[in-house]
Amino acid sequence: MNKGVAITGMGIISSIGNSVEDNFSSLLNNRVAISTIENISTVHIDIIKVGEIKKTNEQLIEELQLKADNNFSRTAMLGVIAAKQAVDNAGISSINEYKTGLISATSVGGMDMTERHYYDYFDNEELVKFIKCHDGGDVSQKIAEELGLKGMVTTISTACSSAANAIMLGARMIKSGKLDRVIVGGTDALAKFTINGFKTLMILSDGYNSPFDNDRKGLNLGEAAAYLVLESDEVVEKQNKTVLARVSGYGNANDAFHQTASSENGEGALLAMQKAFKVADLKPEQIDYINVHGTATPNNDLSEGRAIVRLFGEDNVPDFSSTKPFTGHTLAAAAAIEAVYSVLAIQNNVVFPNLNFKTPMNEFNLIPQTTLKYKNVQHVLSNSFGFGGNCSTLIFSKSE
Amino acid sequence: MKKTYINGLGCISAQKTFDTVFLEEVEVLENSILLPLKTPVYKDFISPVAIRRMAKGVKNSIVASTLALKEAQLDTIDAIITGTGMGCIEDSEKFLKAILDNNEEFLTPTSFIQSTHNTVGGQIALGLQCKAYNVTFVNGSVSFESALLDAKMKIEEEEATSILIGGVDEISDYTTSLFKLAGYIKQELEGPYPVLNSTTKGVVYGEGATFFVLEDKKREQTYAEVLDVEILNQLDVEEVEDKIIAFLKSNTLQISDIDAVILGYNGDVEFDGFYKNISEKSFVKIPQVYYKHLSGEYNTASAFGLFVGANIIKTQNIPDVIKINAVEKSDYKTILLYNQYRGIDHSFTLISRC
Repeated sequence: MNKGVAITGMGIISSIGNSVEDNFSSLLNNRVAISTIENISTVHIDIIKVGEIKKTNEQLIEELQLKADNNFSRTAMLGVIAAKQAVDNAGISSINEYKTGLISATSVGGMDMTERHYYDYFDNEELVKFIKCHDGGDVSQKIAEELGLKGMVTTISTACSSAANAIMLGARMIKSGKLDRVIVGGTDALAKFTINGFKTLMILSDGYNSPFDNDRKGLNLGEAAAYLVLESDEVVEKQNKTVLARVSGYGNANDAFHQTASSENGEGALLAMQKAFKVADLKPEQIDYINVHGTATPNNDLSEGRAIVRLFGEDNVPDFSSTKPFTGHTLAAAAAIEAVYSVLAIQNNVVFPNLNFKTPMNEFNLIPQTTLKYKNVQHVLSNSFGFGGNCSTLIFSKSE
Repeated sequence: MKKTYINGLGCISAQKTFDTVFLEEVEVLENSILLPLKTPVYKDFISPVAIRRMAKGVKNSIVASTLALKEAQLDTIDAIITGTGMGCIEDSEKFLKAILDNNEEFLTPTSFIQSTHNTVGGQIALGLQCKAYNVTFVNGSVSFESALLDAKMKIEEEEATSILIGGVDEISDYTTSLFKLAGYIKQELEGPYPVLNSTTKGVVYGEGATFFVLEDKKREQTYAEVLDVEILNQLDVEEVEDKIIAFLKSNTLQISDIDAVILGYNGDVEFDGFYKNISEKSFVKIPQVYYKHLSGEYNTASAFGLFVGANIIKTQNIPDVIKINAVEKSDYKTILLYNQYRGIDHSFTLISRC
């Protein structure tokens, strides 16, 4: 196998916790956070449930000690919280000491502010500052500023696979020596825009999402941010850093089937997984746990399941689960929070449960792991798929 | 290490930039603060059903990428990498307005789907049935350079031999009005609105779709080699020169080796100092080029800049309309591009004749 790129820090804020420890504790204790929405006024309040971080923007502003005249979107605030945790966790005190970059992912960007103030900008001069925070790049710039990072900053937006692609690019930049350190991950806040978007696509569940269940009815949206710090082996050695785990494999492929639906045979997903195995130089039988994309939409789970069957063989699929029943689908942040969960699985030798599962799907014999299971976990495969046929796979491995 | 060559390009812009000699038919529209693109004849490239359905940015990107692939004589590629600052903003507006105006009811998904930032990359992949690596960058004025950097890395990693990259952004009415309100776009006063030596704040705004085919091999139609690209999120005016010198040094070059510098002047008096400072100092003896008076400023206007640079190398000529100074060289071998927007998202791109 290939050694992979060292992960030396991680940070997360999601509906199931404000830190890595809180998230882990919730995963161990079945603390689900799918609930009625509180921070956004929407006519759909009674028919949708979401993975919402129960902090108001005012509370986030206070936590971050932002000035009263700040123009942070909620997406940016969540991102700053998680990125700061990751940098602290990696023991970085001087951010520009090495060639350090930030590759962040988002799909909504500052839409949460745009939709709030859209028609009021012309009447209220105080709101004009929020015009700047609409685009995805502003989110990353805000995170960079709060970290004091001066260097390469970029943003990836490939819908629900965004953060996986950010982690992949970061790993490649460390491998190629273009960066010594890179903070990678993603952030997305809940917004009326996405709630209604997914609603029109008719893929929101009116209950609790149940991935890989025959009677699954769709997804719950969520909000979250998570970041990993990746560092070169030279920096790790020089600073005698603890390596939490390694990014050993990655792959991205396009399904080229439909703008919002996945192909029935999971072609793109299969190609992404195959590429990741090639990069990692691992064999499918070496995977101990798959953190599936598992959104619980009829289309995703069928397509992903077919791809898994094609790659592993129906009788040889390792333990797998979707953690989205805990957190909801956090869009561009999903692959980042699931990267944190994958590292936790490796560190603690545990497979997290796929909650809400009752009935196996008719199409294949795939039964997710439904209870917490302790076992040796060396390698975790994590899938993330998005609109535009975007399919990404990451493989995380124990650092030897 | 494998090298990266520009082997095809397609440019849809406010100017006539395809089926023409390089910048021969341009018009300098100094009396407008908005430079909408010249709409290509879509039906020459896209089916009538798709024309009705697709977002403006998607259509222009399909035309530009088709032109680039045609020039490179390729039917398929090993990666599609897109940069867009704002995505298909018209559809974002349409969907958001529908939500607000109808109190979240009676919505249809089409504009939501198109508002997704990677809709351009996804649609190109669908059209080409290209299952390869497909990523979209959305980081203001380095969205395109991020795509370029990723593509160059892919070629160096030998993960790809041919890659389609592009930058696309579109003008939309409401966002334009917001940008005017915020002062990002110039106020409508008495024209003209010159991009050089401007005395007013804000930019002349534009839109466009510029796509390139990059390959690891030099071919007959090669424009230039992409030597390097660097992205830096924040610099002070005084830091730019040192950073350029360091960037050139890492490519074993110095300022005197540069045969032309292409600068992203956009007419905003508040931020043009970034360019002016090097224009008037270290690069004073070097041919200087500007282009945003032709393309307008938008997050991926720098892709138009690379279109200009690639063509200067290929034609060995700098048309008068883009000259900042009167310095000339007999030979345009190595060209540096520098761009930033409102003091952040700086990029240096280095190309050369091969």
